[in-house]
Amino acid sequence: MKMSKRKTLGISLYILFVLVPIYWLLNMSFKTNEEILSSLTLWPQHFTLANYEVIFSDPSWYSGYINSMLYVSMNVVITLLVALPAAYAFSRYRFVGDKHLFFWLLTNRMAPPAVFLLPFFQLYSSVGLFDTHIAVALAHCLFNVPLAVWILEGFMSGVPREIDETAYIDGYSFPRFFVRIFLPMIRSGIGVTAFFTFMFSWVELLLARTLTSVEAKPIAAIMTRTVGAAGIDWGVLSAAGALTIIPGLLVIWFVRNHVAKGFALGRV
Amino acid sequence: MNKTENNKAWFLVLPVFVLVAFSAVIPLMTVVNYSVQDIFDQNNAYFVGAEWFREVLRDPRLHDSLLRQFIYSFAVLAIEIPLGIGVALMMPTKGRMASLCLILLAIPLLIPWNVVGTIWQIFGRGDIGLFGAALNGLGIDYNYASNPADAWATVLLIDVWHWTSLVALLCYSGLRAIPEAFYQAAEIDRASKWAVFRYIQLPRLKSVLVIGVLLRFMDSFMIYTEPFVLTGGGPGNSTTFLSQTLTKMAVGQFDLGPAAAFSLVYFLIVLLVSWLFFTTITHMDKAK
Repeated sequence: MKMSKRKTLGISLYILFVLVPIYWLLNMSFKTNEEILSSLTLWPQHFTLANYEVIFSDPSWYSGYINSMLYVSMNVVITLLVALPAAYAFSRYRFVGDKHLFFWLLTNRMAPPAVFLLPFFQLYSSVGLFDTHIAVALAHCLFNVPLAVWILEGFMSGVPREIDETAYIDGYSFPRFFVRIFLPMIRSGIGVTAFFTFMFSWVELLLARTLTSVEAKPIAAIMTRTVGAAGIDWGVLSAAGALTIIPGLLVIWFVRNHVAKGFALGRV
Repeated sequence: MNKTENNKAWFLVLPVFVLVAFSAVIPLMTVVNYSVQDIFDQNNAYFVGAEWFREVLRDPRLHDSLLRQFIYSFAVLAIEIPLGIGVALMMPTKGRMASLCLILLAIPLLIPWNVVGTIWQIFGRGDIGLFGAALNGLGIDYNYASNPADAWATVLLIDVWHWTSLVALLCYSGLRAIPEAFYQAAEIDRASKWAVFRYIQLPRLKSVLVIGVLLRFMDSFMIYTEPFVLTGGGPGNSTTFLSQTLTKMAVGQFDLGPAAAFSLVYFLIVLLVSWLFFTTITHMDKAK
C-alpha cells in the first residue's frame, strides 16, 4: 500500500501544479485593480464582483461569448456531419486512392494556421463571408475535420463488420442502418470526437481573430482591448478569462466517462 | 482488417473532400501563386520563379527561428511525453476520484490559448503574480519580460502546464484498455514494477503515444498565441518562433511573396518530420 500512497501524493502534486495558476486568475478576478497592483494577497481582501458586472452589463463584452459559442457549435455540427460518413467509408471499404486521401486529410491537420491567414482572409472576403460566424466555423474545419475522421475511424473499426452485414440481411437500407443502429453503437466515439472538435475550435484565436471584425468577434479577441490608456485593466481581464473556462468545463463534464474509454478503442 | 473493395465509398467521402478542398486547397493555391510572383498591385504581377524561395532560404531570420523552433519542440516532447506517462500511471484507476482527476487534468486544455498566455502573464509577474513573486522571494532573479532565458523557460513551462494533460489523458485511456489478465500473469511471474511497465504497459501505450507525439509535435511547431501574448516574441528574439516570424513578415511588412514562400517551406518541414516519424514507427512495427 506504500506504493499507492506515493501515487496519490504524486498525482495530487501534479493537479496542484495545474490548478494554482487558475486559482490565481480567479483570485485576481475578485479583486479591485487597486488591490491587484498595490500588494500581493493570497485571497481577495476586498471581495468584489464588479469585474464580472462590467462584463455582463456591456454587450460588447458578453456578445463575444455568444459569438464564440455560435461558431464553435456550428463547427462541431458541420465537422460531425461530414466526418461520420467519411470515417465509415475509410473503416469499411477499400476504394481508389483511399490511403492517399487519408494521408492528405491528415496533412491539413499539420498546416500551420499562420500559413493560411492571408488566403483565408481574401477567400472569405471575396465570397462575402467575412465577419460571419459561418466563416470561422468553416475555417476551423481545416484542422477539425481531419482529426474527427481520424478518431472516428478508429472507433468504427472497433465495431465488428458482422453487425453491418446482419443489418443489411434484415433489410435495412444504408441510411437507416447508419442512423438507427451504427451511430448509437459508437456513441462514446462521437462524444470524444465532439469534445476534441469543441476544444480545438474554442481555444483557437489566430484564424478567428483574422476572419472577424465586429459582428462575429470572438471573446478571446475582445480580451485584447482591455489595454487602455490607464494601462491594463487586470481585474476585468481576469474575470473575462475565468468565464472562458466555464463552457469547456461543461463539455468535459458531459463526456468524462467516455474520454476514459475513448482512445482505448481507437488506433492509428 | 478485411475491407471490401467498393468505389461507391467515394460518395461517403465526398462531403469531406469538398469541404477540405474549399478550406485548404484554394487557400494553399493562393499561397503557391504568391510565392512565385512579385505583386505590386491588382494588375501588376510578375513571375519571378524560385526567386523568393532562394531569398527566404538564405534569410538568417528563418534559420534562427527554425533552430529555436526545433530546440523548443524537442524540449516540449522530451518533457511532456515522460511526464504525461507518469501522470497517467499515477492516476486512480476507477471510481469518483478517477472522474475528478480526469476533469481537473482536462481544464488547461479547454482554456483559449490567449487566456493561457494571460494567466501566465499575470502569474509570472514579480509584482502581482504568485509564481514570479515566489521565485524572486527565493532569491532567484526572475523576470520573463527582460531576461531572454527566463522568457524562453516560461514559454516552455506554459506549454508543459497546458499540454501534458493531453498526453496523460491519451495514456490513461490506453492503460485502461489493458486486460486485467495481463497483470495477473505478471504477478504469477513475480515481475518487477519496471518489468510490468516495460513489457506490458509501454507496448500497449504505443498507439496512443504515436497520436500524442504527432499532435504535440505539430502543435508545438505551430505555436503562436502563447508567446505572442506573454512576450510578443521578445525579449530580443528569444521567443520568436516560426509562426511569429511568418506573421510579422506577412501582416507586419506585407511582404507577400517571401511570406508565401516561407509558408510553403514551413508547411513542408512539418509534413516531412511528421511523415518521417510516422514511417519509422510503421517500419518498426513490420520489422517485429
